[in-house]
Amino acid sequence: MNSKPYFEDFDWPAMWEATRQTLYMTGISVVATFILGILLGLLLFLTSKGSLWNNKPINVIISGIVNIFRSIPFIILIVLLIPFTTIIFQTMIGENAALPALIIGAAPFYARMVEIGLREIDKGVIEAAKSMGATTGTIIWKVLLPESMPALVSGITVTAIALVGYTAMAGVIGAGGLGSLAFLQGFQRNQNDVTLVATIIILIIVFIIQFIGDFITSKLDKR
Amino acid sequence: MISIKSVQKIFPSKQGQLMAVDDVNLEIQEGEIFGVIGYSGAGKSTLIRMLNGLELPTSGTVTVAGRVVSKIKGAELRKARQEISMIFQHFNLLWSRTVSENIAFPLEIAGIKGPERQKRVSELIKLVGLEGRENAYPSQLSGGQKQRVGIARALANNPKVLLCDEATSALDPQTTDSILELLVDINKRLGLTIVLITHEMHVIRKICHRVAVMESGRVVELGQVLDVFKNPQQSITKRFVQQVTEPEETKETAEHLLERYRSGQIVQLTFIGESVEQPIITNVIRHNNVTVNILQGKISQTQSGSYGTLFIHIDGDEAEVNKAVDYIRSQQIGVEVVTSE
Repeated sequence: MNSKPYFEDFDWPAMWEATRQTLYMTGISVVATFILGILLGLLLFLTSKGSLWNNKPINVIISGIVNIFRSIPFIILIVLLIPFTTIIFQTMIGENAALPALIIGAAPFYARMVEIGLREIDKGVIEAAKSMGATTGTIIWKVLLPESMPALVSGITVTAIALVGYTAMAGVIGAGGLGSLAFLQGFQRNQNDVTLVATIIILIIVFIIQFIGDFITSKLDKR
Repeated sequence: MISIKSVQKIFPSKQGQLMAVDDVNLEIQEGEIFGVIGYSGAGKSTLIRMLNGLELPTSGTVTVAGRVVSKIKGAELRKARQEISMIFQHFNLLWSRTVSENIAFPLEIAGIKGPERQKRVSELIKLVGLEGRENAYPSQLSGGQKQRVGIARALANNPKVLLCDEATSALDPQTTDSILELLVDINKRLGLTIVLITHEMHVIRKICHRVAVMESGRVVELGQVLDVFKNPQQSITKRFVQQVTEPEETKETAEHLLERYRSGQIVQLTFIGESVEQPIITNVIRHNNVTVNILQGKISQTQSGSYGTLFIHIDGDEAEVNKAVDYIRSQQIGVEVVTSE
C-alpha cells in the first residue's frame, strides 16, 4: 500500500480524541503518582536509619517493593497487571485500564526522587522543629514537605514527562491516546502524517509540562 | 532550675563504646547564664542536647524546670520542649518561610492562632531588632540577622530556659558581640535562664556568670567566671583563659626580652575587681629601687567584675627586684614570673 499524500482526508477529530485520551491518562496518573510517590518517599525517609521513625524491617520491605517495581520494564508491567486491572475496571482495554500500570510504574520511580529530596533537607532544621516540641505530623507538613517542595516539583516534572511516554506504550493494551494512534494509524496503515502530527503534539505537551515545572520550581525556591 | 545528676551518655560505635558524657553533676540556678566550654568532642554538645531530650542519658537524671526531661516522653516531652527552647550554630531556619513565618512556627506548634499570633510575632521582631525585615527570607539576611530570628523564634513561647548551641561560632567577632549583648539583655529583662556551650572563652568572659570546663566527657572545673579567670586549676582551663588574656604576641615579646635582657624579671600581673584601679606601677617604683618597663596590658569586663593582665619587665639589683615582686604579691595581685621555656 502506498502512502497517501499528506493531510488528505486527515482525521482531525480522531487526533483530538487521542490527544484528550493522552492528557487524561497523563493527568490522572501524575496526580496519583504525586500522592502515592510522596507517601512512599516519606515512608522510605522516615523509616531510614537515624530518622524520625527509624524502622529497619519496614524500610527494607518498602525499599524492596520500590526497587522491584522500578526494575520491571513498563511494557511487561502492563501485561502483568492485566488480571488486576480486569478486577478493578471489569475491562482490560480503554484509557482507565492503563491507569494502574501507569501509576504503579511511575510511583516507585518518583518515590525515590522524593526520598532524595527529603534527604537534602538540613538535619538541623528537623532538629530545631523537634526542639520546639513539634509532633511528627507537624514536622512532615510544616518542615519536610515545604522544605523539599522544589525538589518534589522538579521530580514530578521529570516523572510526568516519563508518564507521557508511558501512555504511548499503554496503547498496546488498547488504552488509546496519541501513541496508539501513531502506531495503529500512522505506522500500520502507513499514514506518516498521523505519526508526524502525533509526535508534534506529544512534544508540545512535554514542553508545556517542563515549562510549568520549571516555573513553579523557581517560584518556590527561596534559597 | 536545672539539675543534672550523675549523667552518663555512651554511644555505641564500631570501635566499642564511646563515653561522650561521663558522670556529670551540675546545678544551674534560675536566671543564671551558665557556660560550658570545651574543645570539640568534649561532650558539651551531647550534654546540652540532654537538657531538652534530643539525646537521652544512658544513666542518671536530668531535671529542667521541675520536669524530669530524661524520663518523660511523647506529649509531655513536647510540652516541656516549648519551655526549653534552643538556638543553633547554623541558625536552622526554614528557608521556605519569611522572618515572620519562621518566628510564627513555634506559635503554630503551641496552637496559638490568628491575631494573637500576629501580635506576638511583631513583639518578638521588635525585641530582637528586626523591624522592617519581617517579609525577608532567610537567604536575604546576614548571619547576625539570622541568629536574631533564631532567638526570636526561641523566645516565642515564653520559655523558662534558653539553650545556646555554639550560637555565635559561625559569626564574626562584631556580630558575636551584638548577639551576646542581646542575650544578656534578654536574660536581664525576662529573667531567662541561659545555658550555652562554646569553645570560645571570649563568650564565657563576656556574658556568663558561672562556667564549667569539659574535657573528654567530664566536667573538670566549675566556678564563678571571675574566679576561674583569676585562678584556673586545670591546664585546659589555663589554655582557655589564655585565649582572652594573653595574645600570641605577648609570649613572643616576653621571649625576645628574656633573651635580650639577661638581668631582671618578666612578670605577669593579674588584677581582679578593685585591684584593677590601684596605681600599682607607681607604687612599685616608689618603694623599690627598680626600673619598670610595661610590655603589654589588658583589661576585660566579665559579668561579675573586671579582670586585667599586665606584663612588665622589672630590672635592677637582684635583691631589689625580688623585693619588688614580693611587694606586688602583698597587694592582692596575682604574680607569675615568666621564664623562658
